[in-house]
Amino acid sequence: MMDWQPLLLTFELATVTTAFLLLLGIPLAYWLSVTRSRVKPLVETLVSMPLVLPPTVLGFYFLIAFSPGNAFGHWLNDWLGLKLVFSFGGLVLASVIYSLPFMVHPIQSGLSGLPASLGEAAGLMGKSRFTILRKVLLPNIKTSLLTGIVLSFAHTVGEFGVVLMIGGNIPGKTRVASIAIYDEVEALNYGAANFYSIVLFLITFCILLLVYLVNGGYLKKFWR
Amino acid sequence: MISMDVQKRLMGADGPMELDIQLQLEQGQFATLYGPSGAGKTSTLRVLAGLMKPDKGHVTVYGEPWFDAQKNIHRPPGERGIGFVFQDYALFPHMTILQNLQFALGKGQNSDIVNRLMEITALEGLRDRKPPELSGGQQQRVALARALVQQPKLLLLDEPLAALDLETRLTLQDYLFELHREFGLTTLLISHDVGEIMKLSGLVFQLADGRIAKKGPPGDIFLPKRVSGKFQFTGEVLKIEREEVVYVLTIRIQNTVVKVVAGEAEVRSLQVGDKVLVASKAFNPILYKL
Repeated sequence: MMDWQPLLLTFELATVTTAFLLLLGIPLAYWLSVTRSRVKPLVETLVSMPLVLPPTVLGFYFLIAFSPGNAFGHWLNDWLGLKLVFSFGGLVLASVIYSLPFMVHPIQSGLSGLPASLGEAAGLMGKSRFTILRKVLLPNIKTSLLTGIVLSFAHTVGEFGVVLMIGGNIPGKTRVASIAIYDEVEALNYGAANFYSIVLFLITFCILLLVYLVNGGYLKKFWR
Repeated sequence: MISMDVQKRLMGADGPMELDIQLQLEQGQFATLYGPSGAGKTSTLRVLAGLMKPDKGHVTVYGEPWFDAQKNIHRPPGERGIGFVFQDYALFPHMTILQNLQFALGKGQNSDIVNRLMEITALEGLRDRKPPELSGGQQQRVALARALVQQPKLLLLDEPLAALDLETRLTLQDYLFELHREFGLTTLLISHDVGEIMKLSGLVFQLADGRIAKKGPPGDIFLPKRVSGKFQFTGEVLKIEREEVVYVLTIRIQNTVVKVVAGEAEVRSLQVGDKVLVASKAFNPILYKL
């Protein structure tokens, strides 16, 4: 009997992370697409850092920052009752930051690709920015939204370094599939490692395939 | 009465440019901004609409300050009550034609206006279609109707007819004029088409390098003073052919194509695509009873 828990935990983490990313990514991408602020390059750089930084670097600093032995971690623990090291909450927060560019970039480029006149026309009708974003802009970048959601999800599924640093390997709490694979291989338990690996491979393959089929318009004939 | 006196530094295609516009419009007037690309026509329209903030000056509309640099007033576009037709129409692609018009309704506004505008612009048959499925002329009609849903006092049009073929353009000019009268609008149009301006507009502002170089009725702007002919039309040269001792010019006037004989001296300064004035003295008109 195989242990499904690491896989379930992986997809739970990916789902929660993607949901938070959507809430955070849309306003951030919108702001980046309209702002002329001087801090824009700085924010863009910070958003993109997880693309180039080794995940272990990110994980290391999270570990230091969230550790209850340090001021910030102590404050979190005292005031919010949050213990972010070796906990699911900590994994979610780290994953949100780690996958941020995968959500923000597609949405930002989708929004920037829309003609400015769309938003301006709605603005001239006296609509609020929120209404314009919700009713005019977002419905016209559905493929970008889908890309952002799926890439963030898939990227979180594939996360290893950050989780290893900050989550540890607590079964049922932080032991996600990627960690479990590593673990099983170390224990020369190739059968179990293969099981986790093949499930991850198949599921992520199907998700990505679906995105390319949808964005490429191959599925249009089925719902028209 | 609309009065603007604004200055703004713009980054044009060939370096920085100073926009320096003073213009007045009376209520109910149909005026046109005319001039080469990069002269500041679109910027002028955007300043009026509040989509662009000038550096200096003021914009006052019906006694209300819309922009005043000294008092730091800049009324947001949505509170100006302006109908704006964009060059690319800016229709919302994911909404049907009906939804496009309905979206423009203000809070608590009676939706009868939507039906009335659809009727005037003959859009009822297209109400459930989406903009990408429509022809250019149809999209333009939607844009025009949508701009009028909030019953603005001021209608601004940024080269709305430039991308359309001649016949569609002529029809739309009629719609435009009809709507202008019906709704008692003050209209400011950007156009390159002299024929269109002569037909629609009562006042022309000719822009050059960010300033108003000339203003006046279109007749004064476009027609040379010395012409005293009773018949005059503006047209575009389509073809220049040499036949024996004379030249025959094929000229498009509105939607008719005529052939006009010309001498070598006249032809020397002309080429295909030039705008010309075709005038005839009134001593030998041919009359047919209809």
